[in-house]
Amino acid sequence: MTDKIITSSSISRRTALKTLGAGAGALAVAGTMPGIIGCANASDEPIKIGFQVHRTGIGAAYGRWYDRTTEAVVKRINAEGGINGRPIEIIAEDDGTDPKRGAEVVEKFANKHNCDIAFGTLFSHVVYGSAPRAGELAIPYFVVSEGHHVASGKLNRYTMQPGITDVKSQVEAMAPFIADNLGKKVTMIYPDFAFGHDHRDYFSAAFEAKGGQILEKIAIPPTETSFSKYFPKIPRDTEVIYHVMVGPAVLTFVKELGEFFGPSRPEIFGFIDSLEAVDLASPGLEFLEGTYFWEGNPRYAQAEQSEFDKVFREAVGVDDNGASVSDAKDVSTYAHMFGCWETLYVVKAGMEAANYQGVKDRQKLIEAVEAMSDMPHSFEHPQGAKRFNGKTHQTFGHQYISKVTEGKLVLAHTTSIEDTLYEDEVDYTKMSF
Amino acid sequence: MDFGPYLFVASLEGAITAAVLALTAVGLSIVFGIMRVVNVAHGEFYMLGAVLAWWITSMIAGHPALGFWVAIVAAPLLVGALAVLCDRFILNKVNYDPERTIVATIGLLYVIQQTTLMTFGPEARPVQAPFNERIALPWFEYGESGFQMIWPWGLSTTTYKLFVIVAAIIVLLVLWWVMTRTRIGLIMRATQLDQEMAQAHGIAVNKVYALVFGLGAALAALGAVLVVPIQQAYYLMGSDPLLLSFIVVIIGGLGSVLGTVVAAVLIGMSDGIISVFFTPTLAKILATLLVAFVLVFKPNGLFGKSRE
Repeated sequence: MTDKIITSSSISRRTALKTLGAGAGALAVAGTMPGIIGCANASDEPIKIGFQVHRTGIGAAYGRWYDRTTEAVVKRINAEGGINGRPIEIIAEDDGTDPKRGAEVVEKFANKHNCDIAFGTLFSHVVYGSAPRAGELAIPYFVVSEGHHVASGKLNRYTMQPGITDVKSQVEAMAPFIADNLGKKVTMIYPDFAFGHDHRDYFSAAFEAKGGQILEKIAIPPTETSFSKYFPKIPRDTEVIYHVMVGPAVLTFVKELGEFFGPSRPEIFGFIDSLEAVDLASPGLEFLEGTYFWEGNPRYAQAEQSEFDKVFREAVGVDDNGASVSDAKDVSTYAHMFGCWETLYVVKAGMEAANYQGVKDRQKLIEAVEAMSDMPHSFEHPQGAKRFNGKTHQTFGHQYISKVTEGKLVLAHTTSIEDTLYEDEVDYTKMSF
Repeated sequence: MDFGPYLFVASLEGAITAAVLALTAVGLSIVFGIMRVVNVAHGEFYMLGAVLAWWITSMIAGHPALGFWVAIVAAPLLVGALAVLCDRFILNKVNYDPERTIVATIGLLYVIQQTTLMTFGPEARPVQAPFNERIALPWFEYGESGFQMIWPWGLSTTTYKLFVIVAAIIVLLVLWWVMTRTRIGLIMRATQLDQEMAQAHGIAVNKVYALVFGLGAALAALGAVLVVPIQQAYYLMGSDPLLLSFIVVIIGGLGSVLGTVVAAVLIGMSDGIISVFFTPTLAKILATLLVAFVLVFKPNGLFGKSRE
């Protein structure tokens, strides 16, 4: 595998020699032997953040951009003086987008690298696999995943999602828009794992509450590579296709959807996940013109772009079309990756509020984040204002709906934060550590 | 969708799976039949074909069709050449010993897969089809005014998908012709029947082995180049075709080209149809179950000859 360790502070030759002398050369590369190096003052020691990243497996495209965003925000925070005067050091480990490997990675962060927190997981099945281990090891685990698992109460006090909204709040805010503007009879197509099931359960409930009807629910394995065979299940009287897909073959999925319908397509509402990291100008996607997408954060720089988005875009290295500034074909996962940026700013705010000194203060960090509430639209929160719910460990925020117009995504509607709220299902603050 | 058109779409999808699977599995089958080598790295040669197709098409500017036609010739040749080198420097060195070749090809699997991951990267990358027109398909129904032709909603395919099926049939026919009607085919069959006797008649068995191993890999690569405009190139794409190829080869009879093609059609079509009406998992369960039954009741496969 390609496990790699990135350290922002390199080790001097002298330290390396010293450590080699102590007979632990291999381990020293990871900078894991402060006891032997022994000269660092506690207050200049970096804050170690274990970054669980999907470098390989079905989440690789997301992982690449989560990585770049994290690098950019760490650079920015360190340039601003770090956290409590201490720089952040990112220790990145590939989890292969695999739940079992995810739990091992969290274990490594806690036991081998002595990280202060673990951070950055996206795919919900990996979160499900890793969170229990994080709870057992009592290491704060900041996920950037969208799944409803955190707010549902199924996880534990150490797992928090302060930088990205969850599927339940997203789909509840989308249901009225679809029912009012697109149609009342919906067929849903979604990936067959936890994240897709959140869509299935919460969207259908919210949509039926608006007087709509779900005609068919089509689940597709996330590793599938050929999709035409699933589409005949779409009922003839469908008014709106609701699609959300993930995995390496999303482009094929959308292309084959277009081939299936030909000139007589129904209305289509998709989650941008179906086309994250995919160029909207790819051949075969022309039929999407006039369809709608949920976007966590608008990929194309909009006419009314905020100064915060401008700075965020530039720091991560993304152009106005949402692609890498160095390669126009390398399209970002813009609707999700802001979560890494915002989460690390929440961690910084939390550690400063708790006067965090080291692993013994982990519980104080959790309590400090739980005490947070409104976060204004700012350089720290470039996607928009947020409202954090300390009881459910979940943040809430604006959602964006864009329409494909001349091959670009143009913002058509922005929901309020209130549109996305739902009743608490858990109170983590009452749980013991 | 009505049952009739639905079944028709499912069969078309199944036919594409069957066509690509037939090419891949025949490659695995001739390697086993002639060399007695179980090539576990076969799926990686398939993946390499797709990745090279992406690489070649992205190097060649101009009309997308141009890049594709170059790729369909060049990618199998390159993969075949690589396989010849693997044969020369790995399989030949372990004397084609059955156990050691399995271990060696497992190693080869990881080397190819991880090298691709390090160079090509973990993303799925698309290759544009040389042509891709949607064709709406008609359906015949007995209505009030007798038989009439209707155009059911969603019943369609694309020109490229039909091309994949036709191309696979042509390649298999050419292969059959080479194996049965040409001198090189005769030499291969002689080597398959009795390696020592072939050598005694002046056949350079080592050269035949290298050629066969290269041909097997090239067939897998060709299948991948055909399918990549539909499915995208991805470094892990070799594992499913490998599993299905083994299933097909076992059902069809090890070393029997005809049996392999028949089994590929059987497995490909049932995979398409069962995944549409039930679930893809059930299709895999049934295929694997079929393998178990074949091994129990007809251990040489449906078309395999027993070997003493």
